[in-house]
Amino acid sequence: MAQLSLTVNGKIRKADVEPRLLLAHYLREQLRLTGTHIGCDTSQCGACTVIIDGRIAKSCTIFAVQAGGSEITTIEGLAKNGDLHPMQTGFWEEHGLQCGFCTPGMIMAAVGLLNDNKSPSDREIREGISGNFCRCTGYQHIVNSIQHAAGR
Amino acid sequence: MAVTPVLPKLVGQRIKRREDPRLIQGRGTYVDDIALVGMQHIAFKRSDVAHGRIRSIDTSAAEKMDGVEAVFTGKQIAEMLGPMPIGTPFPSPDHRAVAVDTVRYGGEPVAVVVAKDRYVARDAADAIVVSYDPLPAVVDLEQAMTGKPTVIHPDFPNNLAVALVPSGTGVSASGEVDDTAINEAFAKAEIVISQRMMNQRLAPNAMEPRGVVAHYEPGKGTMTIWSSTQNPHILRTMIAAMTGLGQDQVRAIAPEVGGGFGAKINIYAEEYVAAVVTKRLGIPVKWCEDRSEAFVATTHGRDILAFVDLAAKRDGTVLGLKMRLIADIGAYNMLLTAAIPTLTMMMANATYKIPAIRTTLTEVFTNKTPTDAYRGAGRPEATYFVERAMDMLALELKMDPAELRRKNFIQPHEFPFATQMGAVYDSGDYERALDAALKAADWDGLKKQRDAARKEGRLVGLGLSMYVEVCGLGPSSALPTGGWEHSQVTVERDGRISATTGASPHGQGNETTFGQMLADQFGIPLEHITILHGDTGVVKQGIGTFGSRSQAVGGTALFMAGTKVKAKMAKFAAALLEAHEDDLVFENGNIAVKGSPTSAKPFASVAAYAYVPVPLPEGLEPGLSDEAFFEPTNNTYPFGCHISMLEIDRQTGEPTLLKLVAVDDAGHLINPMIVEGQIHGGLAQGIGQAMVEEVVYNEDGQLVTGSFMDYAIPRASDFPTFELTPTTTPTPVNPLGAKGVGEAGTLGSTPCIVSAAVDALSGFGVKHIDMMLRPEKLWRIIQGGQS
Repeated sequence: MAQLSLTVNGKIRKADVEPRLLLAHYLREQLRLTGTHIGCDTSQCGACTVIIDGRIAKSCTIFAVQAGGSEITTIEGLAKNGDLHPMQTGFWEEHGLQCGFCTPGMIMAAVGLLNDNKSPSDREIREGISGNFCRCTGYQHIVNSIQHAAGR
Repeated sequence: MAVTPVLPKLVGQRIKRREDPRLIQGRGTYVDDIALVGMQHIAFKRSDVAHGRIRSIDTSAAEKMDGVEAVFTGKQIAEMLGPMPIGTPFPSPDHRAVAVDTVRYGGEPVAVVVAKDRYVARDAADAIVVSYDPLPAVVDLEQAMTGKPTVIHPDFPNNLAVALVPSGTGVSASGEVDDTAINEAFAKAEIVISQRMMNQRLAPNAMEPRGVVAHYEPGKGTMTIWSSTQNPHILRTMIAAMTGLGQDQVRAIAPEVGGGFGAKINIYAEEYVAAVVTKRLGIPVKWCEDRSEAFVATTHGRDILAFVDLAAKRDGTVLGLKMRLIADIGAYNMLLTAAIPTLTMMMANATYKIPAIRTTLTEVFTNKTPTDAYRGAGRPEATYFVERAMDMLALELKMDPAELRRKNFIQPHEFPFATQMGAVYDSGDYERALDAALKAADWDGLKKQRDAARKEGRLVGLGLSMYVEVCGLGPSSALPTGGWEHSQVTVERDGRISATTGASPHGQGNETTFGQMLADQFGIPLEHITILHGDTGVVKQGIGTFGSRSQAVGGTALFMAGTKVKAKMAKFAAALLEAHEDDLVFENGNIAVKGSPTSAKPFASVAAYAYVPVPLPEGLEPGLSDEAFFEPTNNTYPFGCHISMLEIDRQTGEPTLLKLVAVDDAGHLINPMIVEGQIHGGLAQGIGQAMVEEVVYNEDGQLVTGSFMDYAIPRASDFPTFELTPTTTPTPVNPLGAKGVGEAGTLGSTPCIVSAAVDALSGFGVKHIDMMLRPEKLWRIIQGGQS
């Protein structure tokens, strides 16, 4: 067992974890933050995307112990004081989701995208979220959602 | 002066989804999010050979591991669980949920571990040692039909699951065949197009892999099973039958379901195993598939070879069509496996008046994962084969592909139209859809753009295809489960409405669309309505969501149940208002006498009266709740036209989709925004099939495309902005006039894109290219090699 201390959605968390425990499983099963989804086992699909120290990362690619000392934001931590994050609003307004399984990861990736590029073109959005798979929407309404959040 | 709030009519509006607030905040509950006290985790040991006899299984190391609760071999599971059932009338070989002595595809379960967490369960499965006597594998369907090098099931010589079924013109219901008409059609032909076409194998890949939690409570003798399924009521029926429990003793729950695309219709080995294991151990168990496991354990789709012959006159009049179909169904029959290719036969008539059609179907076992429904399920194949043949005919005749289609359409006044394949198309206006697409795409302008690009040396091509599909399934005669759908509508004591639907959604947005319908029907705010689904403990009866049936069948059942309740509520209101029940209007949260808004009683007060009915109007029982089963008299037949423009890089062979225009006619729409989303998603899967997706096995039966590293899921960057234009031709089959739209996008897109690629490479003499459009394949054509 390894000692782990980190901050998740503003709360300090400490735990003893197996060194092999994936961060995604730690968030989901020990903290019960089940909004972070796991859609593959090869780090392609992006359903598990979270923000670690301000950068987006696929939490199935990282051992929980590697995240020690870091600050993590999951989908559950995105809304503040009951107000949806503009990206969440964008997805709701523009029908950016259907089954909702890829959605938390997609939203986190999109937040990261806009952090890097405040007013992306449609093509830049499509390239920017190409590390996240969606099987339902054909991506078009996701692109619109991200543009909505970007204020276009 | 107070202003009466006016509630807008919601049907037909782009209403934001009511499902979304929980999903965008990570607060949906999918199967893997469920945790029960004392729950243990299941892992499967799976075969790593495609075909072999199990010589021995050593589970001793696994059993000794700390945290392992139990280990079961196939033999032990077989003592608790009978052979896997199927849902079609076709003959089927013995199939065990966990293999007993022979494995027939890579990934077939051979043992089951139950352990304290998923890590330990996986470790224990890895520690099980299985020895096989390998048998030769067969993965090519034409090779399989020779019976060499192996026969997979001894009772099915030459691996023929279904030997040969004829259908179409001259084939009687009892299967007698008269070739006169089809022979005459081909004798009269001035031109015959003949082409072998492969509609390749695909992996459905819902973003949520499958999962199940099963909890048997020995004290009560009841079982609750949560599963990522499209049809909890079918699951309940099957689990009850296989565990020996009654249907009243099993509760099946489809919680939030992360996509299905047909692959979550089947009731799987893992679901049955979880059920018998929880029953045996008396503790809740969970199994969740990981993605690599999904590639072998979840059914695949398509994989049909066709030999197509199209007979025509030189003026473009189509005279006859022959389609010999051979389906590679993998190692076993699953729930609907054998029936899926029959839908390809059924839809071979396409949108055309074809005087004679003959199809035959053979289904073949191979050492691969079994196939079953995948979005479109049989209809995209039919569309692809017929539309590609039509395009090849247009090319031979040097006709515009649009004009060739126009010349052969079934005409609007000919509906209902009985096809050569036994379907009765409900309604259609194919020429209007074609014209709408030509206009939206600026077809003539596109041709000029293409020709200009070619002058610059670029390889640009155009594709056009029509489609008609069968949706709104359907009359009970066509489905072994029954084809109806069920709904119960209850006006609660406080004037809010709860309504159940058996159409269990997994992304379709029924909570929104069905809410819109009831809001309009009862004249109350959408916020006052809750749609319940996906739980057989709450939803009394149901079939499920597949075959684009939610709205056409489930929506109609909801409307019918609502109509009954509204009629009863009108009687209560009539008593309160001292008016006739036929003279009332339900609007703006009130019930009023027509033309007399001051008479209005709040909807909630009429509801309250119905539950404390003092005095009770004569002939009425208290309460406001009623149910309806809707049995459709026919399927529905949506249709449309898709146009694409595609460019192929001359240096690398890489194709790029430049434009995709889709005209889809699904009849009346409840929520156009949701419909657009459905079409977009269908297009993405169809374009995915045409351009990037393909399940590949090597000759030993090892799956080469076994993860997202090797199997391409289309990415956002693969697509242009889709351009959609609806046309509206209501169906007479249901009172909503709604046809269904979930699968439409997968139908028109594949032939349209392949035709565009062929057009782009027309300078190289190519007439057909099998999907997927692998750059290497296209590059070889450009280099003058084989297609």
